Amino acid sequence: MLGKLNLQALQHGPIVLGAQISIVLAGISVIALLTYFKRWKWLWNEWLTSLDPKKIGVMYIAIAVLMLLRGFVDALMIRAQQATSVGASHGFLTSDHFQQIFSAHGTIMIFFVAMGLMFGLINLIVPLHIGARDVAFPFLNSISFWLFAAGMALINLSLVLGEFSAAGWLAYPPLSGLAYSPGVGVDYWIWSLQIAGVGSLLSGINFVVTILKMRCPGMTLMKMPMFVWTVLCSMIMVIFAFPILTATLTMLALDRSLGMHFFTSDMGGNPMMYINLIWAWGHPEVYILVLPAFGVYSEVVATFSRKRLFGYTSMVWATASIALLSFIVWLHHFFTMGAGANVNAFFGIMTGVIAIPTGVKIFNWLFTMFRGRILFATPMLWFLGFVVLFTIGGMAGVLLSVPSIDFQVHNSLFLVAHFHMMIVGGVVFGYFAGITYWFPKIFGFKLNERLGRYAFWCWSVGFTLAFVPLYILGLMGATRRLDHYDASLGWQGLFAVAGVGALIVGAGIGFQLLQFVVSFLQRQQNMDTTGDPWNGRTLEWSTASPVPFYNFAITPEVSDRDPFWAAKQANQKPDQPHYTDIHMPKNTPLGLYIAGFSFLFGFAVIWHILWLAPVGLLGVIACVIIRVSDDDTGYYLPAVEVAKIEATSKRRRYA
Amino acid sequence: MTELVAVSTVHHDAHHQAAPKALFGFWVYLMTDCVLFATLFATYAVLHNNVNGGPGGRELFSMPFVLTETLILLTSSFTTGLAMLAAHRNAKKQVLIWFGVTALLGIAFLTLELTEFRHLVVEGNSWRRSGFLSAFFTLVGTHGLHIATGLVWMVVAGAQVARQGITSATLRRLKLLSLFWHFLDLVWIFIFTIVYLMGTLPL
Repeated sequence: MLGKLNLQALQHGPIVLGAQISIVLAGISVIALLTYFKRWKWLWNEWLTSLDPKKIGVMYIAIAVLMLLRGFVDALMIRAQQATSVGASHGFLTSDHFQQIFSAHGTIMIFFVAMGLMFGLINLIVPLHIGARDVAFPFLNSISFWLFAAGMALINLSLVLGEFSAAGWLAYPPLSGLAYSPGVGVDYWIWSLQIAGVGSLLSGINFVVTILKMRCPGMTLMKMPMFVWTVLCSMIMVIFAFPILTATLTMLALDRSLGMHFFTSDMGGNPMMYINLIWAWGHPEVYILVLPAFGVYSEVVATFSRKRLFGYTSMVWATASIALLSFIVWLHHFFTMGAGANVNAFFGIMTGVIAIPTGVKIFNWLFTMFRGRILFATPMLWFLGFVVLFTIGGMAGVLLSVPSIDFQVHNSLFLVAHFHMMIVGGVVFGYFAGITYWFPKIFGFKLNERLGRYAFWCWSVGFTLAFVPLYILGLMGATRRLDHYDASLGWQGLFAVAGVGALIVGAGIGFQLLQFVVSFLQRQQNMDTTGDPWNGRTLEWSTASPVPFYNFAITPEVSDRDPFWAAKQANQKPDQPHYTDIHMPKNTPLGLYIAGFSFLFGFAVIWHILWLAPVGLLGVIACVIIRVSDDDTGYYLPAVEVAKIEATSKRRRYA
Repeated sequence: MTELVAVSTVHHDAHHQAAPKALFGFWVYLMTDCVLFATLFATYAVLHNNVNGGPGGRELFSMPFVLTETLILLTSSFTTGLAMLAAHRNAKKQVLIWFGVTALLGIAFLTLELTEFRHLVVEGNSWRRSGFLSAFFTLVGTHGLHIATGLVWMVVAGAQVARQGITSATLRRLKLLSLFWHFLDLVWIFIFTIVYLMGTLPL
């Protein structure tokens, strides 16, 4: 009846028990608060069933922040274990638990933090940037988000029921095969990524169509804001890379549940095929994450330098060539596979070549600052921190691209330090900058600058302190995923320094949470009444803050790359507006239901609950059929109503 | 929000904008499906000699059988084309007839495919036998799963056409459906060539 699921799935050590209790308590308190403040209806109507990309974007970011906390707790445990598990002491974690923790840390940070922050910002800003009211397929967007949420729920369920994968964030076979990982951990990994991954794929399609088909009149491709360009390239990469992930995860799942032999080490399977396939997705994936962050930096540096972005055209071409190159470097993740000197040389050179377009970008940003009137607001600080950290991490990457050097430091902490510097210094700093920069546009008030600065400095100092020792340890021979080492190696001091660094990053995260709370409490003082708090350049700043749900009362027409800046320079006053009816999609809970049934399907396959899997699958199909049979999915907001909303927001703007 | 009137028939502009977006979006989706099949083809190419001491394609595949399957599927693409011509002529009844014929051909194709699969499994050559057979069953089975999806879609679309006639909304959906069906035909051509022809011809 319940497949492999039984009461034993609940039995864990004291650490997991603590986590289980806190999850349950947090759940109960959220439910209690919603009930006490009578907010259920509000939550359902305004958020859960909403098709507004701004609401969906906020929900993406909320989940990403929650998952950042979970992933960071994992990071702290890794640091604590490695700082204490020396010689006679074996630390506070068992080997198996430690392996589950680093697997969960990597998986959560990439799929549910970095991806969540990225899709969140894309949802918030891309329609505004291109002068559109919505995305191309609002309902599909809601499905994407809820599939992401379902994947997140599934991965966190593994903490309560059963176990998580102990096979690393990419679950290499044969370790991840049934023979060596007989438990449900790898299945949790497969199905939470599979569900969230399909959501990402659908988002990729949605935003490519949105950007190519829904730009406002006058916005030619070369007049798009740089952020939109980077999102376009990133989403094209999603379209090419994510189907590979879907197919690869399916094959691993078939190996595990139907006894197939794709990646087993016997019966004609080929484990190296998996490693090739997963990196054919995985390498583009990290560029998918970083390109939109580059876009955020481009917007931030231009706005806060009061200058047009330097070298726009070269920036576009650099972005496009990074997107292309990212598909022909995957083998550098396993130079040691033994593909031979010529193959390694090709992939090594291609990898090194990526430094050229990336360097073009760095110099363009620096030249944008040159002779600008720079305002050191928090988003600009995140950008400056990124330039320093990303350049150091990038140089380490160029070192790693040389196959002969890679053979020395393969799978060492040197590599771990490198990719953390790229992903935290590049991706995460970028999305923090973006959240701070666009926060007033979405919520109507600015975030507290002082706490933002504290957070930035804690992150930068703590991060450097946490990862520079890892470069050194890597060169000294420390491999990654080490749960114990000999005292005679003399590594403990450096591991301790890294642990202190992690605690300082923790203080940074604390300041960020405090920043949200304090900014909310002081929102009257930080209210953005102009709609243009940073003296911005692009279309989103021409609307009121918070931006109305239809974005633009009148579809804008642009003739400049920085249309709002140009209008301000020319002192253009908007004409007496003539509003027309606006077509908007109606709310629907079907996206939520589809993801709910997908969750049930995933859960059933993980635990081999044979009756529940078809229920989940049929549920999804039924929801889709209900949706396509419904022809009444939109409504018109009458022009009078638009005029009323615009008048109130204008009054606020000129009050 | 509540006092706003929901209108779906008065304003037609929103629907007119929807069609090109949906068509383009569906093309992009087909490209992602292409990459999915490409991944499975690549895996098949790597694993097709890993027979693990068991039978290979030459021993297992019956070409006349597969050729029949292929001809049925190609014919179903042709009848889809006839159905779409009828749809553009606004001939509702012919649309239903030709999609009905397409669905029957699709069911015939699936039946033959499942017969082949059953035959293989009964003789002890299931997907558990070798890496080659895992790759074979997954590649061909994924195509079959797509055909099954297309059949469900055809039933839903047929019901819509029967109820609402040929409207801009149903025509748009039929266009996507026919694209999907032709795409599956194209994938099958590759399966026929790479899996069956190259697997059995003496090279």
